[in-house]
Amino acid sequence: MAIYRSVLDLIGNTPMVDVSALSPNPDVRIAVKLEGQNPGGSIKDRIALSIIEAAEKDGLLEPGAELIEPSSGNTGIGMALVARLKGYHLRVVLPANVSPERRQLLDVWGAEIIESPGSEGSNGAVRLARTLAAEHPEWVFLYQYANPANPRAHYEGTGPEILRDCPDVTHFVAGLGTSGTLLGVGRYLKEHNPDVQVWAVEPPTGEMVDGLRNLDDGYIPPIFEEQGGAELLDRKTIVKPRQSIEWTRRLAEVGIFAGISTGAAMAGAAKCAETIERGSIVVISPDGGWKYLSTGAWTDDLDVVEARARATIYF
Amino acid sequence: MPVDVHLPTVLRSQAGGARTVSVEGATIGQVLHTLVETYPGLAGQVLTDEGTLHRFVNVYLNDDDVRYLNSLDTPVGESDEISILPAVAGGAD
Repeated sequence: MAIYRSVLDLIGNTPMVDVSALSPNPDVRIAVKLEGQNPGGSIKDRIALSIIEAAEKDGLLEPGAELIEPSSGNTGIGMALVARLKGYHLRVVLPANVSPERRQLLDVWGAEIIESPGSEGSNGAVRLARTLAAEHPEWVFLYQYANPANPRAHYEGTGPEILRDCPDVTHFVAGLGTSGTLLGVGRYLKEHNPDVQVWAVEPPTGEMVDGLRNLDDGYIPPIFEEQGGAELLDRKTIVKPRQSIEWTRRLAEVGIFAGISTGAAMAGAAKCAETIERGSIVVISPDGGWKYLSTGAWTDDLDVVEARARATIYF
Repeated sequence: MPVDVHLPTVLRSQAGGARTVSVEGATIGQVLHTLVETYPGLAGQVLTDEGTLHRFVNVYLNDDDVRYLNSLDTPVGESDEISILPAVAGGAD
C-alpha cells in the first residue's frame, strides 16, 4: 500500500466479492463489486471526477466556478467531494423526500441544497435544475444524464476492472438510473465478448410519478438514446421495494452491508441465475448501507419498511 | 382469455378512473390495441399513429420491460399481468 497524494486518487479500483452462497443456481457464480468502497461512499465518485475533469480539460471551469446538478443523492455527494477539493461551489437540486443522511453528507462537503418537489421524484429535480441553469448562464451545468464523461468513466474504469478481476463474466447486472454504468461497462464487456448479457434493474416508479401531468413529461436520459442503450441492453426488469429490502438483508447475512439499490440489483441477479444453466454474474453494489440506517431497513418490521419505502427515495 | 392491465395515474382518467382494466389479447400488441379501442382517450398516449409503443411509455409483462422481450409480439398468458408505466428519470443518481 502506498500513501496516496489525494483522496481523489482513491476513487475506483473497488473490490469484488463472491456471494455465490446466495445464488439460487449452484452452477451460477455471483460476484458483487463494492462501489461503496469509494471515498465519497458510492459509484458516483467515478462520474463526479470524470465529468468535472472533462469540463476542466474543455476550459469550462474557472477557479471558484459555480456548478449546479440534479441528483437524488450519490452524484451530488461525489461532486461535493470533488468540488470541495478542487475549489468549486456546488448547488445540488435534490428531491425533498430523500433520506436525511444524504443532506448531511452534502453539508459535510459544503454543497448548497435546492429542494425540488418530492412527488415529482428525480424527474422534478432534473426539470428544476434545467430551469435554474437556463436562468443562470454563469452556473456550469454538467448534467450527468447527458454527459458522455459519465459512461466514459465506466468504459475506462469500472468495465476494465471487472474484466481484469472476473475474466469469465457472462452476465452483468446493474441499476438503470442515468444508464451511465450499464452503457459504459456493457459496451466495454461486449466489445471483449459479444456474448456477455447486460441486464438492467429498475425500481418501480409507483407513487413517485404521481406528479407527472402527462406522458410527454416522461424522460429518457439523453446518453441512453445517444449511445444506443436500447440496443445494448438484453433485459430490463423491475424489482419491487420489498424484494430489494429482502435481498439487502440477505447480503448482510454474508457480511455485505450495502444500500437498498444493491438489494434490488441482487434480486435481478438471482432472477438471472434462475433463467440460465450456468455462468458468472457480476453485480454492481452502488453504495454501502450507511446512508440508509434511518430507514430501518435492517432492523424494523419488513411491512413497516416497505410502507416507508413508498414515501422516500431510497435509490 | 382476458388479462389485467395496470394503468399509471396519468392515464387513469382516460379509462374512467380505473387502476386496472381487463383486456383480451394473445400478445402485448393485441392487448394494447384492444385497450385503445375500448378507451379511445388512450389512443396516441400508449401507441403511436404507426402502431408502435409511445416513446415515453414502458410496458411490462409481469416485471419485464417488453421492449427487451419480443416487444409487441411478446405472447401473453392468462396468469400474466401487464403494467404500463411512464418513462422517468431515476435510480441511484
